[in-house]
Amino acid sequence: MSISNLQVDKATGAEGSASSVKSQNRQKSRISLAMVSPSVLVLLVWMIVPLAMTIYFSLIRYNLLYPGDEPFVGLENYYYFLTDEGFAAGAFNTLYLVLSVLAISVIFGVLIAVLVDNDFWGRGIVRVLLISPFFIMPTVTALVWKNLLLHPVSGVFAAVWRFFGAQPVDWFAEYPMGAIIMIVSWQWVPFAVLLLMTAMQSLDQEQKDAARLDGAGPLAIFWHITLPHLMRPIAVVVMIETIFLLSVFAEIFTTTGGGPGYATTNLAFLIYTQALLQFDVGMASAGGLVAVIIANIAAFILIRIIGKNLTDKQ
Amino acid sequence: MKNYMIPTLMASAIAMASASSFAATTVTIGTVNNGDMIRMQELSPAFEAKYPDIKLEWVVLEENVLRQRLTTDIATGGGQFDVMTIGMYEAPIWGAKGWLEPIGELPAEYDVDDIFTSVKDGLTADGKLFALPFYAESSMTYYRTDLFEKAGLEMPERPSWDQMMTFAKTLHKPDQEQYGICLRGKAGWGENMALISTMSNAFGARWFNEEWKPEFDGADWKNTLSFYVDLLGNYGPPGASSNGFNENLALFNSGKCAMWIDATVAGSFVTDKAQSNIADNVGFALAPKQATERGAGWLWSWALAAPVSSDAKEAAKSFMTWATSKEYSDLVAEKYGIASIPPGTRHSTYENKDYMEAASFAAMTLESMNKADAVNSTLKPKPYIGVQFAAIPEFQAIGTQVGKVFAGALAGQMSVDDALKSAQSTTDRQMKRAGYYK
Amino acid sequence: MLTLKQARQLRTVLLGTLGWLVALIIFFPIFWMILTSFKTEIEAFSSPPQLFFMPTLENYIEINSRSSYLTYAWNSVVVSFGSTFIGMLLAVPAAYSMAFFETKRTKSTLLWMLSTKMLPPVGVLVPIYLLFKDFGLLDTRTGLIIIYTLINLPIMVWMIYTYFKEIPKDILEAARLDGATPIQEIVRVLLPISKGGLASTVLLALILSWNEAFWSLNLTASTAAPLTALVASYSSPEGLFWAKLSAVSTLACAPILIFGWLSQKQLVRGLSFGAVK
Repeated sequence: MSISNLQVDKATGAEGSASSVKSQNRQKSRISLAMVSPSVLVLLVWMIVPLAMTIYFSLIRYNLLYPGDEPFVGLENYYYFLTDEGFAAGAFNTLYLVLSVLAISVIFGVLIAVLVDNDFWGRGIVRVLLISPFFIMPTVTALVWKNLLLHPVSGVFAAVWRFFGAQPVDWFAEYPMGAIIMIVSWQWVPFAVLLLMTAMQSLDQEQKDAARLDGAGPLAIFWHITLPHLMRPIAVVVMIETIFLLSVFAEIFTTTGGGPGYATTNLAFLIYTQALLQFDVGMASAGGLVAVIIANIAAFILIRIIGKNLTDKQ
Repeated sequence: MKNYMIPTLMASAIAMASASSFAATTVTIGTVNNGDMIRMQELSPAFEAKYPDIKLEWVVLEENVLRQRLTTDIATGGGQFDVMTIGMYEAPIWGAKGWLEPIGELPAEYDVDDIFTSVKDGLTADGKLFALPFYAESSMTYYRTDLFEKAGLEMPERPSWDQMMTFAKTLHKPDQEQYGICLRGKAGWGENMALISTMSNAFGARWFNEEWKPEFDGADWKNTLSFYVDLLGNYGPPGASSNGFNENLALFNSGKCAMWIDATVAGSFVTDKAQSNIADNVGFALAPKQATERGAGWLWSWALAAPVSSDAKEAAKSFMTWATSKEYSDLVAEKYGIASIPPGTRHSTYENKDYMEAASFAAMTLESMNKADAVNSTLKPKPYIGVQFAAIPEFQAIGTQVGKVFAGALAGQMSVDDALKSAQSTTDRQMKRAGYYK
Repeated sequence: MLTLKQARQLRTVLLGTLGWLVALIIFFPIFWMILTSFKTEIEAFSSPPQLFFMPTLENYIEINSRSSYLTYAWNSVVVSFGSTFIGMLLAVPAAYSMAFFETKRTKSTLLWMLSTKMLPPVGVLVPIYLLFKDFGLLDTRTGLIIIYTLINLPIMVWMIYTYFKEIPKDILEAARLDGATPIQEIVRVLLPISKGGLASTVLLALILSWNEAFWSLNLTASTAAPLTALVASYSSPEGLFWAKLSAVSTLACAPILIFGWLSQKQLVRGLSFGAVK
């Protein structure tokens, strides 16, 4: 290496020679590529193979109970799935469920995370209690809620209602979707709390103190300092929850079985009844791909709204 | 196709050849988590002592999950299970498809003729038996003898649905948390539809006519569903539309139902002091009739079958024969008491005086089983086998779908007419797609 | 009038009370479940629900005699920790490069990763089952580890990416100027700072794997069955089961709950940015 290069490298913040910077950049991008590739490759294979199989299956008539000839039938499976009586309800319920739980978990998540950010006695225990619902298996959650809490005869809710002299509510008959939303929110608010709680820890204390000295009240601090800081974790919470909420299945299966009528049938459940129960792999695949398309549309819209927050610099 | 079948087969062939010496054959059993099966699992050491070269592995799951798991495995030839616990729905269908090993020859001591004919027939396809029944059930009426006495009512041996309505009305006292009648309302082909199907049989209806067209647009189904919604909606407990067998059992056992129509196996639960608050006040009657007695009580059996994809068929058969034998019943009687032996499969069980004495529900169970006939269960002729289901592959999905809208009618979310219309159109659509008619 | 100090104290007490109230309300269903696990079956379904009763261990005893809890628990541990570990090995470098060497492709890569999770599992059950059958992965812990790594990888990458983005670049610049290689950068500087975020990610991935109840039931039989299968074996049999189910759920969730509680301390102790300055 020439002396000039050495001198340039030693200088902090000084512009290096063009070739040195370029080689550094090339090295950077090679490293970054090398770091990202394993995950990307692994996910690529994981996605491509089942996806390819699913697309193939969706275009043939393939029923596990009638093995043998599997004729190519084009878009017949899609047509059949989309013209199902319950499809409109399924699509609507899916979106309704996702948006409701998102709203509830983000709003309560932020409020609780801010609340717990204050130091009070037993805060550690409170935090653990707050995130514990996320540890319970969804099937168990559903059973506990259905039989021990919401049952109009022997549930805790019914007892409380009766205590106040009111008629207990038959949740799964009168407000089936409401009950499902309640159960699913109970599981996912802790997730939001967990993420936002951790994010709150990186909130700049000094900024807040400075603002307070300037005379800003707690509401102003919240709105102008806390909330913007939480924008990125909120975006992550929204994206991750959306993915999981789109395919909620266990809770519905255990409690209402998609009923009454189509009140709690979402797309995942529709695929289950229309396709899996008949072992119609062709239609299950077609339904799955329809769900993917709808999910992509929803994600696209979400990205439009909150996407900036994801990759912005602070 | 890449698979491990051949090396596995070779390995198990070698293992079986040297069976008596070292290599133990593993038999993986997939079963439901019902009490009788749990007892079977707990008695594994007895089997393993008798057959030291066979090791048992258990996969115990809830019914719906098990069914899905087993179907996925058997249809893809997965080979994960050597013994499958299946019902009267799957056995004929899978047997006809050649997915199950026919039972074939059985030792004389097994006494296969001791098994009820109707139960055997329900597990037969193309004249061959494909599964050995572990226990079988029908449905019957349970009622509170003390409440009936207080109200001065008398339950006939075979009530009619109209009589049930009168009884329910008299005994319905919601402010005392006493509900006239508890029936299944939870959506599912094996949940509410099992009960509603038997009800429809009694009302003279059938699922499909001889051309396989569904009949929900007919008067018989309309009468059935209206009656059901009326009865359970007015004189049933709150939350009825999400109550399945278990919820109703809990309600009945805690004394909240005056009457209950459900599986005969519940007999042992409702009379068990450890689980029931009203164990001494239970009476039994046959399932109600209306226009006909046919198909009033359902017929179901959980049976053990060996898939052709299994690699331990001999060992599997040894197990299956053992678990459904008279010897096994004696074992259960010894360890758990005679009232716990698997019910509904053998004549000899019901000829055993000790059993009949110990199990107060046994007499009515026997009568219900005798009257249950999977072939002649409707007033009009029908093309399908099965009392509370049709043994066709499409039925699971159809039954679940219809169950959903019927539960919706019960919950008041849709009118009876709308529910029937929906049931008719979706079933019609699926039957057409499956090619039963154009 | 209250002094500033008294006002502050009052505020803390009020907030503390509110915090406890919210936490207890949210925790109540779990508390009720654990309570039910000590009741008899009749008591479990009694109306009105009983708060005070004679506790019994009969449910736990029956579970222990019926099934081998430790086998299931061990499977859960191996599968959850295994998949999380492998996932972190893949996710940390990827998130590092995406956070600090951002390219135009970064956002779309992130979104594409998440989109791999959009296919509902029910739709791909048969293709995956066939694949696993052909590769001899059915009923193996390896098979489950593979699947769990794959389904949790996008989440892990996303979360770590988020936490990395919070870290000001100057810290890494300083390390780089000191002559550190990228690997050293990551290990010596980045990981310690983002401990809190990494711990949350690990915890989340563990929970998702521990409670995953679709693949764990459909791809296993008797050898690799984790705790979710044990819970499924007590779920909705014919007969009263809520007390036993509560007991088995408590047993199934206890390890992960305890682990979460321990790691929560780690999160709390996690570095604030004062140390960075």
